Amino acid sequence: MSVGAWEAFLLILQRELRLSFRRPDQLLQPLVFFLIVTTLFPLGLSVQLSLLRDMAPAVLWVAALLSSLLSLDSLFKSDADDGTLEQLALSGQGLTVIVAAKTVAHWLVTGLALVLVSPIVGTALGIPTTAFATMLLSLGLGTLTLSWLGSIGAGLTIGVRRGNVLLSLIVLPLAMPLLIFGAGATDRAIAGASAAGALYFLAALCVLTCTLAPFAAAAALRITLE
Amino acid sequence: MTVERIMWTWFYKLASPPYVYGVAAALMPWLFGIAALAIGYGVVAGLAIAPPDYQQGEAFRMIYVHVPSAILSVTIYTIMACASAVALIWRIKVGHAVAAASAPIGASFTLLTLVTGSLWGRPMWGTYWAWDPRLTSELILLFLYVGVMSLRSAFEDPARGDRAAALLSVVGVVNVPIVHFSVVWWNSLHQGATIVRLGAPKMPGSMLWPLLSMWLGFMLFYGAVLCIRLQGEVLNRERQSAWVREAIKS
Repeated sequence: MSVGAWEAFLLILQRELRLSFRRPDQLLQPLVFFLIVTTLFPLGLSVQLSLLRDMAPAVLWVAALLSSLLSLDSLFKSDADDGTLEQLALSGQGLTVIVAAKTVAHWLVTGLALVLVSPIVGTALGIPTTAFATMLLSLGLGTLTLSWLGSIGAGLTIGVRRGNVLLSLIVLPLAMPLLIFGAGATDRAIAGASAAGALYFLAALCVLTCTLAPFAAAAALRITLE
Repeated sequence: MTVERIMWTWFYKLASPPYVYGVAAALMPWLFGIAALAIGYGVVAGLAIAPPDYQQGEAFRMIYVHVPSAILSVTIYTIMACASAVALIWRIKVGHAVAAASAPIGASFTLLTLVTGSLWGRPMWGTYWAWDPRLTSELILLFLYVGVMSLRSAFEDPARGDRAAALLSVVGVVNVPIVHFSVVWWNSLHQGATIVRLGAPKMPGSMLWPLLSMWLGFMLFYGAVLCIRLQGEVLNRERQSAWVREAIKS
């Protein structure tokens, strides 16, 4: 029975989402981590709200990058450990489609969830509600780009013992432009200025990774699975 | 037809480890010799003969180490990525050896750039470190080098480590311009603070020639060190083969 690429994409996406929702604790962990990290900053800064508001975009974005990175390790790991990934690779479907489906699923359960939680964190950090639209949009684009970048890193570090630290070491330098544009956009929105420029850059990076990263990640898997 | 044929023959020969080992061994003394001459002239002319800068005084002489190493840090990354791409696409193992031999040299030059930059920054800007776009993107370049090097050594199977590191270098080279321009953009967002820039000043010949000579010398020095490291890499990778035994005996 042959299955078209799009159909395979949807099937794998469905499978990934079903697996995720069967382990709700694992779904919640990155979100709780996100909340905890953003709580650490006000505690460390004493209670000067003005200082906190200046730092809010940076805090929000660094926390989002870290918690998204935390969950990247599991992107291919469990499937590689029990052999599912090899079966998928042998299934005759392009590895690119498989990688894309898994990455989109990863973004839906971590990145998008993080975006949905961010208004709570934003309010706690003193970000005005007028900046929320920009914050949500930039976080959405940024976390999706990060998931794509992370899929390359996760593909490269599958066979490595204690690959988690190495994964951060590889992905974080690649993600630095995201932090710059994402926090920059939020910063400008808080100041009441137009954040369009930074958002366009984020969108451009997002398109770039959406189109190129699946191929790079598939190549990475081909190297590490061999 | 002939020129093309000769080019391809040469290209194929470069894929053979014994040939590359021989070429590296033969080139190395020449590269070292010319590099020593070029750096020697650059040091004497740059440190002793060139006049002090009218604004920066004697401190400007840091340029003779800083700028060549900064250029090399980026050039070596590009060479490493090209060698990696060649190795991935045509499955030429020598490409991995070139990339593996280049990475530590490139990382050293990046570190040298950062150190000389901050030593230069102290008398000029009054601080060892400023979040200047160039400094920041150089620092990120160092992180990229470290990532590639650690990924290569993380695998138990060296061939797999090679190919993983090669892919990462190619991904990184796409990212280098993005990082650079995003950092420039980021700085323009933070206007108001002291914008420290190293503008490209117009230079008189007495200052410029030593700089060009140092640049040439550094490039050749990289070539020479690459030859040494490449010989080591090739020997290590081909240690099971007969020609290595021959080469070591003789």
